[in-house]
Amino acid sequence: MPRPKAEDRTTLLDARAMSRALQRMAVEITELAGTEDLVLIGIQRRGVELAQRIARLIEQGEGGSARIRCGSLDITLYRDDLETVGPKPVIGETHIPGDLSDTHVVIVDDVLYTGRTVRAALDELADFGRPKRISLCVLVDRGGRELPIQADITGKSVKTSPGDRVDVLVHELDGQDQVDLIQ
Amino acid sequence: MTQPILLQGGRVIDPGKDLDQAMDVLIQDGKIAAVGRGLGTPDGAIVRNMSGRIVTPGLVDLHVHLREPGNEDEETVASGARAAAAGGFTAICAMPNTDPVTDNQAAVGFIVRQSDRAGLARVHPVGAVSIGQKGERLAEFGEMVSAGAVAVSDDGKPVVSSHLMRTALEYARTFSIPVADHCEDPTLASGGVMHEGLVAARLGLKGIPAAAEEIMVARDVLLAELTGGHVHLCHMSTRGSVAIIREAKERGINVTAEVTPHHLTLTEYACEEYDTHAKMNPPLREAADVAALRGALQDGVIDCIASDHAPHAYDEKEAAFDDAPFGVVGLETAFAVAHTELVESGIFTLPELIRRMSTEPARVFRLGGGTLAAGSVADVSVFDCAAKWSVDPAAFHSKSRNTPFAGRALTGRAVLTIVAGSIVHEL
Amino acid sequence: MTANSTLGKDLTGLEHMTPEQIRLILDTAEPFKEVSERPIKKVPALRGKTIVNLFFEASTRTRISFEFAEKRLSADTVNVAATGSSVSKGETLVDTAKNLEAMRIDMVVIRHGSSGAAEFLGNRIASNVINAGDGKHEHPTQALLDLLTIRDKHGKIQGLKVCLVGDVLHSRVARSNIWGLSKLGAEVAVCGPWTLLPRGIEELGVKVFSRVEEAIEWADVLNVLRLQLERMEKGFIPSLREYYRVFGVTPERLERANREITIMHPGPMNRGVEIDSRVADGPHSVILDQVTNGVAVRMAVLYLLAGGRAELADAAKRGAGSSE
Repeated sequence: MPRPKAEDRTTLLDARAMSRALQRMAVEITELAGTEDLVLIGIQRRGVELAQRIARLIEQGEGGSARIRCGSLDITLYRDDLETVGPKPVIGETHIPGDLSDTHVVIVDDVLYTGRTVRAALDELADFGRPKRISLCVLVDRGGRELPIQADITGKSVKTSPGDRVDVLVHELDGQDQVDLIQ
Repeated sequence: MTQPILLQGGRVIDPGKDLDQAMDVLIQDGKIAAVGRGLGTPDGAIVRNMSGRIVTPGLVDLHVHLREPGNEDEETVASGARAAAAGGFTAICAMPNTDPVTDNQAAVGFIVRQSDRAGLARVHPVGAVSIGQKGERLAEFGEMVSAGAVAVSDDGKPVVSSHLMRTALEYARTFSIPVADHCEDPTLASGGVMHEGLVAARLGLKGIPAAAEEIMVARDVLLAELTGGHVHLCHMSTRGSVAIIREAKERGINVTAEVTPHHLTLTEYACEEYDTHAKMNPPLREAADVAALRGALQDGVIDCIASDHAPHAYDEKEAAFDDAPFGVVGLETAFAVAHTELVESGIFTLPELIRRMSTEPARVFRLGGGTLAAGSVADVSVFDCAAKWSVDPAAFHSKSRNTPFAGRALTGRAVLTIVAGSIVHEL
Repeated sequence: MTANSTLGKDLTGLEHMTPEQIRLILDTAEPFKEVSERPIKKVPALRGKTIVNLFFEASTRTRISFEFAEKRLSADTVNVAATGSSVSKGETLVDTAKNLEAMRIDMVVIRHGSSGAAEFLGNRIASNVINAGDGKHEHPTQALLDLLTIRDKHGKIQGLKVCLVGDVLHSRVARSNIWGLSKLGAEVAVCGPWTLLPRGIEELGVKVFSRVEEAIEWADVLNVLRLQLERMEKGFIPSLREYYRVFGVTPERLERANREITIMHPGPMNRGVEIDSRVADGPHSVILDQVTNGVAVRMAVLYLLAGGRAELADAAKRGAGSSE
């Protein structure tokens, strides 16, 4: 993650706050979708780690009896802005755990902003099957939507300006859990 | 009668007389009247101050392709003669691979008449060795010579049959003309488009091995020895050819040879990026070949520089390398390329270069000119050897633009060209 | 011309590419393998892009592989074969290209019999040009799929010994392989009769074996080249029978080496000429993996060439949150 100098960095969630948020989100997901038909699909990159973490939290909450199906989705090839992707578009793994028909898919992503990523994810999921319901769960909703898309479950909402950046760090990739707002 | 011309105070170089001094040259009645210091000005004379300029016998090019008759869109006798004059040439020899082939008296006469009509550089026709350049039956050398042919050649292709080459050398000897051969073993060269070597291997292009030339050079030398005829070897390109000619000359065989400015200055690497303007036959070879050719030209193993001026229409070269024709234009860049690469770089002296571009070619084909001796024809060139210019094909007088030297910065330029006492080019 | 992507505008050959560019293509090809395993084998990445497959030479497998790659990326494709088009009526390469471009195409995939044809085209039109084989020069996507297949099988390319066996002289596959393999750190050798090896080949930094037994002794991977049958007619080899006897890759010869050697072939194969069927269909053959990887590699190349104009990407990054 690039870190330009002379930036104004505010921590939105520290490790403990992030842990609490994830815990609450896990509970909300089970209230919304149960565990039987639930499939968590994380969006590459950090959505994948968050989805796996939430899956483990749900499994612990159910006393270790449930196995939550968990997958990953890279939406790069479904973006509507190929020409602006950049010279080195890294495409991550897409792994869909089995048939999605009659499942309740919860898309998990780190930040919800314009809504375009979610739009692409919905398109891509449709090519893998026909879930009976799809919900959206995000760690941070920073506003600024360009499409009619809303999260069903949100870890934290924050108002931002177009020039701002929200950095989500997860310890699997970044060595620590933290969410920063850079203005 | 043309006006007398007095060229005052130039550096006069006449290699035939080992002359290299500041002098005046007086031209009268189409002849060199006098060369000396402080010459008087005759009545009505055109006077040019030549200080800082080089005054030489007119350059002679033994090897050009004018496309008349047949492809007048690419070059005519007149446009070729104009390009020649602009390049400092006062006489050029037109190869017979026109359409139809210049293989008879009438066709030779046509070239002579077109040359006279143009009134620029002299265009000497070269007749074909064989009828239609088919390599089968001898053309009528005697009649062609009487119409003005100065040599015979099937250039563009080799004389494949050794028997025909032998007969041609013997028959040409009757008329004291050379047989100029394009040395290429067609079975070895078949399908080749550039030098067979590392660059061809990388580009995936079929190569023409050096041996394709050398085999024919060796054969021609042996046939010249057998017949006593004069063989002139066109556009030599390999160090192996140089070795064969060197040995032949040491043995006293009647062989002469020429080399082009591009073979003296460019290598196979010019073909990189599939530049069709570097596609010529024989192909551009290796650096060691360039070095051997320069050495051979310096010590006279190779007698002279010839341009092998080969005009092609724009869209013919605008093609894949395999599909483009061989050849480049050279009349308007020959002197400057040779001067920049050989003289400026200190390899040749200026008189040595003039010898290889004027005195020697005139001698090899037994043409007039190539000298400033009093009483000889007044074919004179004047160069500004300090002039720096860059090659702009769009500015060529030639009808074609296919040069490998486009954009190249060169030094030395013809500023005045006089043929038979008349100014045919002046900058 | 649009300067886009880190690959530049065109893919004409591997000779002038950097190892990083080659690795980028191979890495990008990995996720594309998975796309071909999906129930709907199609992603919208190149939706709205128009691609012309301009084939001046007959080629079934390369054209089909490109076409699958294009279609799985949702591009609109048109196939132009030389026979029956204006190409066979004497229209020049550059005129054909300019006409296609006047119809606003985005990319041209070209196969042509003349070396340098792809570069020639790329220098004259604004569309992206991908070389699908030009004369005896290069066939970059074939070499890239070969590299990917070797990397899949051996987990690396660096330090591997790879020998190209057969008609190297006339092979664009061989040239592209030599560049690609050497740039990624493999040791490269060629093996064949001297009539079918280009002069100066050693100067490209490859070993030369005149005997296939020595090549087998040395190599970790044999890439067996197709022997064009007309080579015999043109006198480069006396007979196919002798070629098989002297240079054919047979189980007997491989057994003598007494270790596992990966067998590759760009296809189409002449079974019983350059390669024995028992080898082609044997356990160490990755010939069909090559075909599978061909689609993924070509998807990667199309995707990378079509994507990401650098300056726009930078502007987009500056304007938007990086996590979105």
